[in-house]
Amino acid sequence: MAFQDKPMTLIFEKSVPGRRATRNVDRDVETPFTIREDLLRDAPAELPELSELDIARHFTELSRRNFGVDTGFYPLGSCTMKYNPKVCEQAAVMPGFADLHPLLPQLPGGEMLVQGALAVLHEMDLMLRAICGMGGFTLQPLAGAHGELTGAMIIAAYHRDRGNAKDVILIPDSAHGTNPASAAIAGYDVKTIPSDPHGLMDVDALREHLDDKVAGVMLTCPNTLGLFNPRVKDIADLVHGVDGLMYYDGANLNALLGRCRPGDLGFDIVHLNLHKTFAAPHGGGGPGAGPVGVVERLVDFLPTSVVVAHDDGTYTLDYDRPKSIGYVAPFYGNFGVILKAYTYLLSVGRDGLAAVADNAVLNANYVAAKLREHYDVAVDGLCMHEFVASASRQAAHGVRAIDVAKALIDRGYHPPTVYFPLIVDEAMMIEPTETEGKETLDAFVAAMGEIAELAKSDPEALHAAPTDTPVGRLDETTANRKPDVAAPC
Amino acid sequence: MPYIANTDEQRRQMLATLGLDSVDELFADVPPELRCGELDLPAGHPEQEVGQQVARLARHNTAGLVSFLGGGFYDHFIPAAVDALASRSEFYTAYTPYQPEASQGTLQAIYEYQTAICRLTGLEVANASLYDGGTAVYEAMMMALRVTRRNRVIVDEALSPIYRKMVRSYTRNLGIELVETPSRAGLADRDAIAEAIDDKTAAVIVQNPNFFGCIDDASDLAEMIHDAGGLLVASVYPISLGLLKPPGEMGVDIAVGEGQSLGLPLSFGGPYLGFMAARKKHMRKMPGRIVGRTTDAQGRDGFVLTLQAREQHIRREKATSNICTNQGLCALRALMYLSMLGKAGLPELAQRCADKADYARRRLLDVPGVTMRFPNRWYFNEFVLNLPVAADKVIRGLFQRGLAAGFPLGRYWPEMNNSLLLAVTEKRTKEDIDFLAHTLDVILR
Repeated sequence: MAFQDKPMTLIFEKSVPGRRATRNVDRDVETPFTIREDLLRDAPAELPELSELDIARHFTELSRRNFGVDTGFYPLGSCTMKYNPKVCEQAAVMPGFADLHPLLPQLPGGEMLVQGALAVLHEMDLMLRAICGMGGFTLQPLAGAHGELTGAMIIAAYHRDRGNAKDVILIPDSAHGTNPASAAIAGYDVKTIPSDPHGLMDVDALREHLDDKVAGVMLTCPNTLGLFNPRVKDIADLVHGVDGLMYYDGANLNALLGRCRPGDLGFDIVHLNLHKTFAAPHGGGGPGAGPVGVVERLVDFLPTSVVVAHDDGTYTLDYDRPKSIGYVAPFYGNFGVILKAYTYLLSVGRDGLAAVADNAVLNANYVAAKLREHYDVAVDGLCMHEFVASASRQAAHGVRAIDVAKALIDRGYHPPTVYFPLIVDEAMMIEPTETEGKETLDAFVAAMGEIAELAKSDPEALHAAPTDTPVGRLDETTANRKPDVAAPC
Repeated sequence: MPYIANTDEQRRQMLATLGLDSVDELFADVPPELRCGELDLPAGHPEQEVGQQVARLARHNTAGLVSFLGGGFYDHFIPAAVDALASRSEFYTAYTPYQPEASQGTLQAIYEYQTAICRLTGLEVANASLYDGGTAVYEAMMMALRVTRRNRVIVDEALSPIYRKMVRSYTRNLGIELVETPSRAGLADRDAIAEAIDDKTAAVIVQNPNFFGCIDDASDLAEMIHDAGGLLVASVYPISLGLLKPPGEMGVDIAVGEGQSLGLPLSFGGPYLGFMAARKKHMRKMPGRIVGRTTDAQGRDGFVLTLQAREQHIRREKATSNICTNQGLCALRALMYLSMLGKAGLPELAQRCADKADYARRRLLDVPGVTMRFPNRWYFNEFVLNLPVAADKVIRGLFQRGLAAGFPLGRYWPEMNNSLLLAVTEKRTKEDIDFLAHTLDVILR
């Protein structure tokens, strides 16, 4: 990373009173309009006063203090930081899409003005059904966790429709934190199921908790240790036995593309992360997109609206859906993100998709095998698209996962996900993705090896890392205790 | 094109390292009966053909409509610098800034965005963004429930009907008492709200300017709900804050809104940006990411995600929200947009919108049979007209002449079948407005 050492000032501190970056259009109507004074603000908001050049330099400088996939290897486990093809970026800004007002199809005759956009939504729905073995998708959810919430709301709607009184959702202890948070926010009591030593859902423990109160089970497959649960179908059968629903957290779908489908594994509801599996960029923390797919018997509960394809090749939107959970987003989802994923799928196709999973899994296993010399790995055999290494060997020298992470930054790598899943000590969750080549993986393994050697010979050097960055480790305790979350005027 | 880097030779070498003969062996844990055959998808295509195919679909959408559609989503001009600077891939190919030393760019930008939102709304703290204006209303409501430990919420009818539908969907299983009070002559009905407020009421939720475009100063409502120990939540249109009294000065406790108008294209409904600002004393009850400023061991200023004890990855089922992703790149664009407009440019832009909307009102009221639905109100850039016929009847004809005249309120208020909601931004010219008035006149004759 090319970082600069000079201290960064806030954009507000660069203001020069009276300086402007834009000229608004002139008033072309005769008279100005005066709003009653007591409805107006007393003074303008203290926004920056800068030239366009000042602004271009400020944000260019900020961008140089950031690390993205285009900067370097980003093996952040469970986040699937694959390359974001540029053709997808180009698609999303095409004027025919970017300028389209979302209320247009709600006007009489308006649906005919947005046929291209409705075609994208419909074709995306069909492709995701084919990939997941589901009966229908909603593209409305605006992020993965939003998809989880939508899924939990669908679970509630299903049971309400059946007259079932169920108030518990079971979630394994290895799950992403969003799973229990989403279930709780949807109104469910969350019960945590312990994992077996491989982090897989323990079928006996599940049996113990499974009763008539259980509305559903949320699972990630492969799980957060990168393992496929060979008993997933048995779990589904047990859950269906109490009329519970199986929820698939799609964070790790990259491993299974074209190899198996959540629907065939016994799942009833899935959410996908278009910004993970389908190459839409993460944007420094959003915007994402979290489509939710359901099996045929749950299609009526999907959010409103739904695109309907007609025999004459036209599309309309159906708002008359009495069993639907209603609106989860104002319109049709993060359309621009959906368009990027759609473009990616057109490019990759059925042949490419299986190759994606194959290479993602091969890359992960290759790195895991090479790293075993220096680090503990949470499971012995093969993994899927990611694995969890541990700094427990290094801990004996006083070096922790966080130290390894910071040392990686100095070596030009983004660190893995650290301290997750919670069931592994000093966890470092590594997901290389399919878009990286062997030579990148070899260089990463060499850097990890060098850090492991340093842990023995010079642990202090690792405690001091990172040093090649604009700032060193930051005082998060003070940040929490005396929060400074906005600059004073 | 699957964007895979490994060559066949590299794959062979890697498999050899693993002691395997084929990639298939890596999937041994998947029982054969659970595997799928070839997916029912189109084959992949080269980039040239993909680009053409997407461009063809783009052409199946309307282009060049002169639009007076608003309803919370507005066609504002976006300076080129916003697109250019937000396209730097160091920003858009990064993840949530969990590793602060490698993410100071994103983190500082979010801190600056939070600052800009605070200054715009007149409140003390802001989060790093939420998904959109509707989920922001829902999150503000949930936050008010946490702060007050109460269970009843009053929603003014003039809050966007789309947001009201969203709130109803989200609260369906939660046992929250949602009370919708009717508006009166275009404003929140003070008497109805006063009557609805009780000692279990957590919040009153209003919008300014409201869905009908009327400016509704909620200062008196703030006093009313504060006296009962509840909070005032307001959804606001950020461009209007260039001119209008900010929610913080009205006594609003949680201000939220749709940030699309701050440099985000309409893009058929997303990605957009929900913003949220609140009073400092309620900061620890806020949902979503928050960035804070702190220092490193050498005393250098730096930025981190903070107050994470509220969040799902720490608190799991006890978190204040399930939010993981925010709308980081959209927040970055909003900051760039607000920086480009600047202290003088935003009020000027807001004034330009108000001027043009006023002209449009006067021109359209000259059309025989057209009246204001809510006369004697103050407006920013949006207003409701009553037509002599059902609004649906004129919309098609206007489409045929290249005009999207506005939103027919009959879709959400059957009794307002003749009402049309029109928005005017700086992008509409005097000629556009004259053309709309002329065409409406012709169609109504």
